[in-house]
Amino acid sequence: MSETAIATRGLQKRFGPTLAVADLSLSVRAGEAFGFLGPNGAGKTTSIKMLLALVEPSGGTGTVLGAPLGDRAVRARIGFLPEHFRFHEYLTARELLRFHGRLYGLRGLPLDARIEDLLVRVDMLDAADRPLRGYSKGMLQRTGLAQALINDPALVFLDEPTSGLDPLGRLLVRDIVSELRARGTTVFVNSHLLGEVEATCDRVAFVKQGRVIHELALAGAPAGLELEMRVRPVDVEVVEGLGRFGTSVTVVGDNCVRMRVSGEHVIPDIARWLVERGVSVFALQGRRKSLEEWFVEVMGTDQRPG
Amino acid sequence: MMAMSPIPTIVHLTIQEARRRRVLAAGLLGGCAFLAVFGVAIGFAHADMVRSGTSFVERQAFLTLFTIAGFYAINFLSVLLAVLLPVDALSGEIDSGVMQTVASKPIRRADIVLGKWIGYLIIMAAYVGLLSAGVLVAGRLAAGYVQLYVARGLALMLLEIALLLTVSIAGGTRLSTVANGILGLGFYGMAFIGGIVEQIGGLAGVPSARTIGIAVSLVSPPDALWRMAAYHMQPSIMRGFVEGPPFLVSASVPNALMLWWAIGFMALTLAWAVRSFQRRAL
Repeated sequence: MSETAIATRGLQKRFGPTLAVADLSLSVRAGEAFGFLGPNGAGKTTSIKMLLALVEPSGGTGTVLGAPLGDRAVRARIGFLPEHFRFHEYLTARELLRFHGRLYGLRGLPLDARIEDLLVRVDMLDAADRPLRGYSKGMLQRTGLAQALINDPALVFLDEPTSGLDPLGRLLVRDIVSELRARGTTVFVNSHLLGEVEATCDRVAFVKQGRVIHELALAGAPAGLELEMRVRPVDVEVVEGLGRFGTSVTVVGDNCVRMRVSGEHVIPDIARWLVERGVSVFALQGRRKSLEEWFVEVMGTDQRPG
Repeated sequence: MMAMSPIPTIVHLTIQEARRRRVLAAGLLGGCAFLAVFGVAIGFAHADMVRSGTSFVERQAFLTLFTIAGFYAINFLSVLLAVLLPVDALSGEIDSGVMQTVASKPIRRADIVLGKWIGYLIIMAAYVGLLSAGVLVAGRLAAGYVQLYVARGLALMLLEIALLLTVSIAGGTRLSTVANGILGLGFYGMAFIGGIVEQIGGLAGVPSARTIGIAVSLVSPPDALWRMAAYHMQPSIMRGFVEGPPFLVSASVPNALMLWWAIGFMALTLAWAVRSFQRRAL
């Protein structure tokens, strides 16, 4: 397998005078769970559609699983759950999965076995022979998820996978994404639910006006910690001294200092240094910046609710 | 994993879907109602003619015309169904997002268009075949009449229906469902008007009217195909007569070139539909 699952350079899409995606340059490693984040209208869905050859790019280049965009042989190794998954309502979940499996060239017993496995996995076995029209939104979404996995894909695109799901359904999606990662499947998630992305993805890209403006690794702790401490006294010497343990040292109130450090391992050193200098330490708390806070920071204050 | 063509899968789904459509149910209901009326009418007409001592030759001529009128009714119902049944085959699935899931699979978009086209063609052929058999059986049972000249006429009717459903599917690659329905019916309406103008030109001996009618038939050939079908359903002895409704007895019969033009028109429209759908953003 190629080391890079998705690579794009300057991918652009224009619909008439509207520039939907300005310049998408992206690299997704094989086997990682990748979050694609951005406000409404940032061009996320159009970007996914270009990667899936549903929309022809106006400019730029890209490869998916090592082949140019739209390659038919590669599409046999891709799964896709679109936003607001819908299908012919008279079909049952089993019929729907059979139809999609056949489009992948699957037939006979292997297809039947795969359908059965997936129905169990998305907890739809008991409703599998009922028409989709009677399904709740969550059941439809879970059926759509099974559809996206019918070919045991090497790369799966999930566009708002937890949309319409209750907490148990979200947990199910989270588990499935973890399983896929464990098996080496590349998972590309587009979601507004940042908590879900934070819980499932290794890395995220923030997209604004069709451009990747920031990438962030969530696995490990490269993003660092924000440290808040209540100490006394807070004088110039203390503030300058704390500067060697991290950055952005700020006095935010009486006896309260905030600073950014590279990780938890720095906290005991800071505590020791303060005590050795005779500074009284009342509280010392590290807090990781949430993805939501990152989102707000990266997108800037000019962003309006979508 | 991709060795087998996905077209049969698309055809199967198309037929499965069409069977559940109300427009097909309405078409079948309308067809059954028509057959009932046709059977009763031809039976009573035949009985009246026998009672009034109409000669055998005259009775045969009347029953032939009556049967062709029956085929005309089938043709009209089929035209409506051929336009309306596939009217949202592509546009509806594009609008609802269903198409995204299908088109992202390892298949060519041409497979989707061709699969739908074949699926609807099978349904329409079954519909025309079923109603045509109904007309022939009703004529046989109610009036003892056997229509001999059917095969070529039916083939031409099927070509007309295939052409109309091709236009409907092609329109669906670019237009919304409603706009596509209007386009399809307008396309047939133009053919119908062109046919009338051509007939009037032929009957009244006005070459310009006939030329205009032929020109319209080139742009929209369905009515010309029907007139060829009606012509071929008549015994050769009746073909010279022009007395009767203009849509049954032709004063201006399109020649074989029109048949080839219609086949070419349909092939080009289908090719355009494939190309248009391939370039369409989903």
